[in-house]
Amino acid sequence: MIRLSKIWKTYEMGTQKLHALQDVSTTIEQGEHLAIMGPSGSGKSTLLNIVGCLDQPTSGEYFLDGEDVAQLSDDDLAEVRLRKIGFVFQSFHLIPRLSALANVALPMVFAGVPAAEREERAREAIDSVGLADWSDHKPAELSGGQKQRVAVARAVVMRPGLLLADEPTGNLDSASGRQVLDILCGLNQQGITLITVTHDPNVARLAERVMVLTDGAILREVEGRKVSTLDDLFSPVASGARDELA
Amino acid sequence: MMSGRDIVGFAANALLEHRRRTLLSLLGVAMGATAVVFLTGLGEGARLFVRGEFETLGSNLVVVLPGKNETAGALPGVGGVPNDLTIEDARALSRELRGARAVIPISTGTDLVSFRERRRQVAIVGTTRKFFDAMNLRVARGSFLPTAELGRGSSVAVLGNKAARELFQDRDPIGEVVRVGDARMRVIGVLASRGTQMGQNIDDMLFAPATTVMQLFNRSSLRRIMVQLNAYADADAMVEQIIAIMTERHDEEDVTCITQAAVMESLGGILRALTLAVGGIAAISLAVAGIGIMNVMLVSVSERTSEIGLLKAVGARGRDILAVFLIESALLSAMGGVLGLALGRSLLLLVSYLYPKVPATTPLWIVLSVLAMAISTGPLFGVIPAWRAMQLEPVASLRKG
Repeated sequence: MIRLSKIWKTYEMGTQKLHALQDVSTTIEQGEHLAIMGPSGSGKSTLLNIVGCLDQPTSGEYFLDGEDVAQLSDDDLAEVRLRKIGFVFQSFHLIPRLSALANVALPMVFAGVPAAEREERAREAIDSVGLADWSDHKPAELSGGQKQRVAVARAVVMRPGLLLADEPTGNLDSASGRQVLDILCGLNQQGITLITVTHDPNVARLAERVMVLTDGAILREVEGRKVSTLDDLFSPVASGARDELA
Repeated sequence: MMSGRDIVGFAANALLEHRRRTLLSLLGVAMGATAVVFLTGLGEGARLFVRGEFETLGSNLVVVLPGKNETAGALPGVGGVPNDLTIEDARALSRELRGARAVIPISTGTDLVSFRERRRQVAIVGTTRKFFDAMNLRVARGSFLPTAELGRGSSVAVLGNKAARELFQDRDPIGEVVRVGDARMRVIGVLASRGTQMGQNIDDMLFAPATTVMQLFNRSSLRRIMVQLNAYADADAMVEQIIAIMTERHDEEDVTCITQAAVMESLGGILRALTLAVGGIAAISLAVAGIGIMNVMLVSVSERTSEIGLLKAVGARGRDILAVFLIESALLSAMGGVLGLALGRSLLLLVSYLYPKVPATTPLWIVLSVLAMAISTGPLFGVIPAWRAMQLEPVASLRKG
């Protein structure tokens, strides 16, 4: 379970202060699927990075599974990322010189998992995204959709409780995007908490809850199945009280 | 926690991705290591060569020179002019020394030696038969100087190989009479060729009895006295004996004794210092190679910014990243060091093939210190790039690429 309370992220730009996040508070239940939407610069990636322990808030509290993450040292944060969090990025971030299998196995290298077990678990993970036949191929030999599936396999190979996806379909055509989303939703149904940052209402619609950010603050939260158009989400006044969750 | 094997594997893999770049920076280290191995090896070779030269002298020698070579702080001349060494001194040493195999007086000069119309400026050594034995010299033809009572010089001469050839060409010199300055000497022997030894070309000398040479140059003193020790005599004890005898004869300590061992030791010391100095200069090229590694690693870190961000996202700690990049530069320099060792060693073998007199040596201390230097070059100069990689913010580095 994730509990964010009064999270601020402020950058000093010369004399000006830029608030990337303003007073964001929310609770995300284990196994929930949350989509974060918002225009560029609305702070959605910053929020995802803070939730992913890649970045620290300027102020506010962040409890991950009851642990106050803001108090942890860099090494402890690395340990949290290793054990509890999986990342999927828009641009895949596969290491080009390593085979698909070695990319999937990478987190286990830092966990000190023995080589034989690493191989076995990596094969299992790559098989679960339907790429068993592509294990020995380098990323350059894979299609965009295949790359992202390898990245998903890498993100879950340590069996984390939380999966963070930053525009997971942003670089993909709709067919392969669909495949990736199916895999992500499948994982979510098996109990993993899934947080997706997206521009695409079709992606957001899959989530149970959609958080809409503008200028670093939560504009509104709506049920995913009620998302129809972007206008609907971003209009200053909500189109109807039925869309309000809280 | 990454295992050591995984770190090395990951680092090696990254190096293999840029083969040409890796090879070039590795070559830089290899050249530095080659220079160190080659130059220190040459220095060591020279030292062994000099030691070998001393050993061909064969016997343990003490050279007695007139004059005390210690400055006691007195003004020049205050201590008085040292007494000359005389034939009488040599005779006394020969009589009184215990443990001496031979006492050999030596008088030297240079004069024109001629046979008919051929003439040649030759170094002339006045000595006794025992000189040839002490210096391990062989005759090619005829005989050495006659065994005669000291002080009775006959007019006979033994020629060095080259001097004989120059003066007599194809003639047999034995029995012929040569003019040496104003004197005439009968040639009784020609030495086998020996070549230059310790800077002196024995082949281009003329040897005659000591008193004959002293008369020739109208001198009453000897240049030096050589004492050849018995196999088991102790050089230091012999020096003490010699100084005691000479001090008694001259009423003051006015001779200097040089032992072969001392000369060998000080020359060896000089050569070793020289070797270290040259090796040190060559080591600078290793430092230059280190800067090359630093450059390559800095490029690598900035190229792999997004990779570093990813590694952090999947759970690598700062020190894992540091280790990966340090090991990468260590691998570079270690491979360069091994390659350089092989290259330097090959060059030394080539030199000793071309100049067989110089032994090609790569003693263990050179091998170990070059390897240690080369291997530490990488991490030493790789610290800054690796540190930079470790400090990268994961968020900022993931945004790239």
